[in-house]
Amino acid sequence: MMEKIVLPDIKDLHLIDVYIQNGGYSALKKAYTLTPDDIIDQVKKSGLRGRGGAAFSAGLKWSFMPKSTNKPKYLCINGDESEPGSFKDRQILEFNPHQLIEGTLIEAYAIQANAAYIYIRGEYHKWIKLLEKALADAYEYGFVGDKMKEKFGGSYSVNIYVHKGAGAYICGEESALMNSIEGKRGYPRVKPPFPAQNGLWGCPTTINNVETVANVPPIINKGWEWFSKIGEPKHPGTILYGLSGHINKPGIYELPSGTLLTDLIYNYGGGVPGDKKILCIIPGGSSMPPLRGDKLEGIKMDAESLKAAGTSIGTAGVIVMDEDTDLVKVLARIAKFYYHESCGQCTPCREGTGWMLKLLNRIAKGEGSTHDLDLLISVASNIEGNTICALGEAAAWPVRFMITRFRDYFESRVSKEVILPVANKVHSMRHTEFPLAPIKD
Amino acid sequence: MEFTFTPENLNRINEVISHYPEKRPAVMAVLYIAQEQNGWISYDAMKEVARVLEMTEEEILGIVTFYTMYHEKPVGKFHLQVCTNVSCMLKGGYKIYDHVKEKLAIENGGVTDDKLFSLEEVECMGSCGTAPMIAINEDYFENLNIQQIDQIIESLKNK
Ligand SMILES: Cc1cc2nc3c(=O)[nH]c(=O)nc-3n(C[C@H](O)[C@H](O)[C@H](O)COP(=O)(O)O)c2cc1C
Ligand code: SF4
Ligand code: FES
Repeated sequence: MMEKIVLPDIKDLHLIDVYIQNGGYSALKKAYTLTPDDIIDQVKKSGLRGRGGAAFSAGLKWSFMPKSTNKPKYLCINGDESEPGSFKDRQILEFNPHQLIEGTLIEAYAIQANAAYIYIRGEYHKWIKLLEKALADAYEYGFVGDKMKEKFGGSYSVNIYVHKGAGAYICGEESALMNSIEGKRGYPRVKPPFPAQNGLWGCPTTINNVETVANVPPIINKGWEWFSKIGEPKHPGTILYGLSGHINKPGIYELPSGTLLTDLIYNYGGGVPGDKKILCIIPGGSSMPPLRGDKLEGIKMDAESLKAAGTSIGTAGVIVMDEDTDLVKVLARIAKFYYHESCGQCTPCREGTGWMLKLLNRIAKGEGSTHDLDLLISVASNIEGNTICALGEAAAWPVRFMITRFRDYFESRVSKEVILPVANKVHSMRHTEFPLAPIKD
Repeated sequence: MEFTFTPENLNRINEVISHYPEKRPAVMAVLYIAQEQNGWISYDAMKEVARVLEMTEEEILGIVTFYTMYHEKPVGKFHLQVCTNVSCMLKGGYKIYDHVKEKLAIENGGVTDDKLFSLEEVECMGSCGTAPMIAINEDYFENLNIQQIDQIIESLKNK
């Protein structure tokens, strides 16, 4: 039996009494006997890495918070969960909200936060209500707010507030999330300065994903050594893997990091309906570079292994596409998403996402040419690295990698017509190393 | 049309404001309260939100137009949101979307003549593992097929 850390199979665990009966809030009590630095040190040593997309060391991030400052400090928990293919944080809100609250309280203490905000996407009305109920109970029991001092006999207390989003994928980006909490349009901020220096209301702030924080209580309870031995040493712990698309048993599976992708799909997910072959897989939400279905053997699901395989863990939301999938339509739909969600601050992202969508729609209609494929790669490459936030990469990667990795597939969907470069009168005197494209028949 | 918050809602607004070091961050919650009271966010509602939070009307407009969940025009009594993003698309999300469009004879953003239904094509709602899905007002309906959609719409007509 594989150990589950974040979503254990305990009936009614969302109820505070059941949670306490199963050892809940004991990690918090233990945490208050430690110094904030001890906690940060333990989380660092545990090897816990962020589950929100970038897999950054949680303990290291916490240690960036300035120790001596007159400014208030803040903690933001990111439950925006809007990356297509991701639906894991929602399970925590529904089945184990107290572990999220407990983790939030421990992290708040470790960074000495004056307040913590849990930002949840607006569409999750139902799950916001569930979390608010759990939070109200935690307040009543004295785990949160003023009563903490009495309960734990210390001098630290903190409030947790739920902040409801209103439908904007970009607010999952940490600096946009802070602007959104501040009551502004959700525009990402230029970094540096980083949130630990200049975050919410210009004060030191740490942002972590819901799943990341839910891992903290067990680490404090059972020790960093225990945690660091689960799964892949460089990205330890369990991961809430999502399975969606053409799969017999879709859902969230909590398994050790480094689980084989093929194991996940065939053993846990029950394989592909109709025993069809897999054409393509997106391993971590729609922003991550897609993989060819015929090259999945031996790929492990953790940050380092997926990097070596030419993609990224992202949110670990695996989207499976069978051999009959129309990849052009899929890519056009992905492009539509990023075009819709671009906040419009940076020209390459705002304009590039629109051009990629137009080109892909043209190809989907059967009116594309080989030239369009190269143009798509060129537009995507010009977005990457030239924008304020990583939505640029999120929009560019699927396009660039899908076309290069499935070149044969995309070539078969466009006409072979070669568009000759047109001589540009103004620049024609300039030396160029590029010869005219050879004419193929 | 004048818009003023009910006394209960003003209390709720004051509670939300107390969560933050200043008034402005309450704006998202206050806009939800305005939308709940009015059904959608009219310009008069924006003006009132601006007044209550000591912000400018332009700032409020900027926020309302940035976020997709604030309705700038009236929606139906039942606002149908169909996800057509990848995971749903792979499981027939577009079939559901097209079916609803045809059945209600409205386009994206449209409202039926009897004001009962409105339709919106939405991005991923976090139901990818239970696709295809449709959200009706605040509730999620998942693992759907066309037949069930028909049943749901019929049952709402009689509500
Ligand atoms: C466009 C965009 C959208 C993002 N959406 C989310 C999200 O919905 N949830 C999340 O936790 N992180 C999201 N992130 C990552 C956050 O910026 C941030 O890295 C993360 O919340 C940090 O938490 P972690 O270190 O615990 O992973 C997004 C990033 C980008 C660029
Ligand atoms: S990259 Fe796109 S989403 Fe990010 S700040 Fe620039 S325009 Fe906005
Ligand atoms: S793709 Fe439809 S809910 Fe995620």
